[in-house]
Amino acid sequence: MSTVLPPALSTASEKIRARLEQSPLAGKVEIRDLDIPTLEVFPENWIDLARFLRDDFQCRYDLYLDLAGVDNLRRPGRKTRFEAVVHLHSLENNDHIRVKVLMPDAESPTLPSAIEVWPAANWFEREAFDLFGFQFTGHPNLRRLLCHDAFVGHALRKDYSPGQRWFFTEEDLRWPDWAKDTNVRAGHFETQTLSIGPSHPATHGIVHLIARMDGERIARAETQIGYMHRCFEKMSETHTWNQVIPYTDRLNYVSAMINGVGYVRTVEKMLGIEIPKRGVLIRTILSEFSRIMDHCVNIGANLVDMGALTNFWYLFQNRENIYGLLEACCGARLTVSYVRIGGLAIDVPSDFVPRCRSLLESIPTFIDDVEKLVTNNRILRNRFEGTGVVTREQAIAWGLTGPMLRASGVAYDVRRSRPYDLYDQFDWDVAIAPDGDNFARYLVRIEEMRQSLKIIRQALDVFPQSGPVNSDDWHVVLPPKDAVYHDMESLIYHFKIVMEGIRVPKGERYEWIEGANGELGFYAVAEGGGGPYRLKPRPPCFPAMACFEKIIEGGSISDAVATLGSLNIIAGELER
Amino acid sequence: MFGRGKDLPVSTAAAGGGPADFLTTKLETMIGWARSNSLWPLPFATACCGIEFMSVVSSHYDLSRFGAEVVRFSPRQADLLIVAGTVVDKLAPTLRKIYDQMPEPKWVISMGVCASSGGFYRAYHVTQGIDEIVPVDVYVPGCPPTPEELMYGIFELQRKIQAGEKSRDTRSARFAQANTSAWPTPQQEREEPAAPAAGASRPAGVERP
Repeated sequence: MSTVLPPALSTASEKIRARLEQSPLAGKVEIRDLDIPTLEVFPENWIDLARFLRDDFQCRYDLYLDLAGVDNLRRPGRKTRFEAVVHLHSLENNDHIRVKVLMPDAESPTLPSAIEVWPAANWFEREAFDLFGFQFTGHPNLRRLLCHDAFVGHALRKDYSPGQRWFFTEEDLRWPDWAKDTNVRAGHFETQTLSIGPSHPATHGIVHLIARMDGERIARAETQIGYMHRCFEKMSETHTWNQVIPYTDRLNYVSAMINGVGYVRTVEKMLGIEIPKRGVLIRTILSEFSRIMDHCVNIGANLVDMGALTNFWYLFQNRENIYGLLEACCGARLTVSYVRIGGLAIDVPSDFVPRCRSLLESIPTFIDDVEKLVTNNRILRNRFEGTGVVTREQAIAWGLTGPMLRASGVAYDVRRSRPYDLYDQFDWDVAIAPDGDNFARYLVRIEEMRQSLKIIRQALDVFPQSGPVNSDDWHVVLPPKDAVYHDMESLIYHFKIVMEGIRVPKGERYEWIEGANGELGFYAVAEGGGGPYRLKPRPPCFPAMACFEKIIEGGSISDAVATLGSLNIIAGELER
Repeated sequence: MFGRGKDLPVSTAAAGGGPADFLTTKLETMIGWARSNSLWPLPFATACCGIEFMSVVSSHYDLSRFGAEVVRFSPRQADLLIVAGTVVDKLAPTLRKIYDQMPEPKWVISMGVCASSGGFYRAYHVTQGIDEIVPVDVYVPGCPPTPEELMYGIFELQRKIQAGEKSRDTRSARFAQANTSAWPTPQQEREEPAAPAAGASRPAGVERP
């Protein structure tokens, strides 16, 4: 009689297992190899494991990326009903890891808060409390984050009806306790509570900032969000895999293309399909153009907040030009919905390459103009330099990624550290700046636009003039229309995909790409059926907004406005 | 003679087509003409439509060509509320407050399907159309609408103002005096349009969290 040995672990998992064996946690953590090493732990050992993963010299998982709750109510064969799924990254070893905290108590799932290990956990845990009802013991401010304060129940539990709304009035809005007294005497002076938002021109979308002002200085601040929580995750659970694509466009709507690419890459990896080079390159080129658009709006709007209106028109003209390209490709300007699982909706127009080349000509002149106008402008430098400083250690502890992290001197760019698509074949540099202030973030974004142009130029050089853009797996991609009309088999494939959705094999996957704001990940759980069982985007600007209240403390209110602009908060992505 | 292709309906006294020293018109027409060509919009931009609204006021499309130039961020100085983007339940009281702060006469344009009907967000936290909260004069569909569509919406509003038409405030009245705690779900709304959701009210003994 032969014994079935468990499958051998990958090198990364084996390393963690070997280290765990020597620690007091031996035997308390289960390690499996899914797409990335996955550790399963019960709540009582979670904090010990967290400290181990952060501090062990072989692990060093210092970047807290994401927390996704999963409700296993309709997922038979799982150990517990609720799981908290945490994704971590090690900057030193450049790898990802997943930890699942299994909560046996289905009535009130409880686990300790990891906020002391990774300060970035703060808002992620509040979100999980809000949407799943996880009780994080030891969390200093466990309140609802996204849903309004009169909400009853926990929206992402599987037994919550997707359409059930609750009535909310102004009286229900909960203020932090310290903000309730508007004027407080402090020595000879008194401090004041200032409420900025939810609708305020300086907040870029809808954010509510409550600050305790000591004269011009901000003594204490708290940000309230959720004014744009439009239930992306619940909606994706009620749609098929392809129907989710329009929703992803509306996450970071300023660079919609990148979200779509990130999402379909996740599903393609789960299906195990490859798409032709031409399709990959089109995605890359349009993603990089989208990154430029995103940075244009961010820099332009940030400068408008400080009174430099001209730059906005200059940079927005770039956007209009890129809109022209996107419109020619797919018919939409902003929310493109151009990608499909297995390729693209349609091929690009015949003049795609010349159009791109003419954009490559026109965009640098606008960037140069803006640089000439403001980079050495004394007003701008006085207001940008030394304000909104995030040190390297803070940036890592707060879970920042993207331009925010790179402006603090950490060269973590997903396109470089884990090259996807064809990024490893292009010659480009990761833009970093050491200072971590608003000016550093501005410089990083300007340089990233130039690097994106460089990538696009090289991608156009190797762009195949013709060829397929879609995978030819008709289980995934719609067959050509004329085949559908003339060929029974194609008609059946067409019918199956449209009516039932793509069959994604059971399993889970976390795929991550470099969004305009940082690491944009998608954690997808498939449980048969035509749609996702659970889909959680890792929103890159979410940790940035979470630490905003800490960045601005001690600074003046005018610096806070400049800082908020430089974080690039996109409400659709922040609150989903 | 006056404005954008649509001249003020006047009659000149000088028969025979010569230049007149004065013109006669109705006072309402004169006021409507003045109002329709000097709109002061307040952009209540929440989401994707807000980015497209930026396009409309930027140099390429330049809304100021049509007498809707002075974008104001204070409701006290605006007479046209352009709601661009999804409005969620958490934001609903804010939107109503801003609307109430605007001086009369005032108009509302709902830009995009989310503002008009909730769009494809038939979800637990999304207001199913801002007409639940404020009366709407012009709905502009699209996700997001193209700049041309929004401009057409503004022209339509100008026509309505000139003609003195008023929007009907129906659904939004419910918001002002609502005493239910749960909104009807989309399904319940289809079945019984007016009645509050049966069984969907806050369970007895559950305090507001």
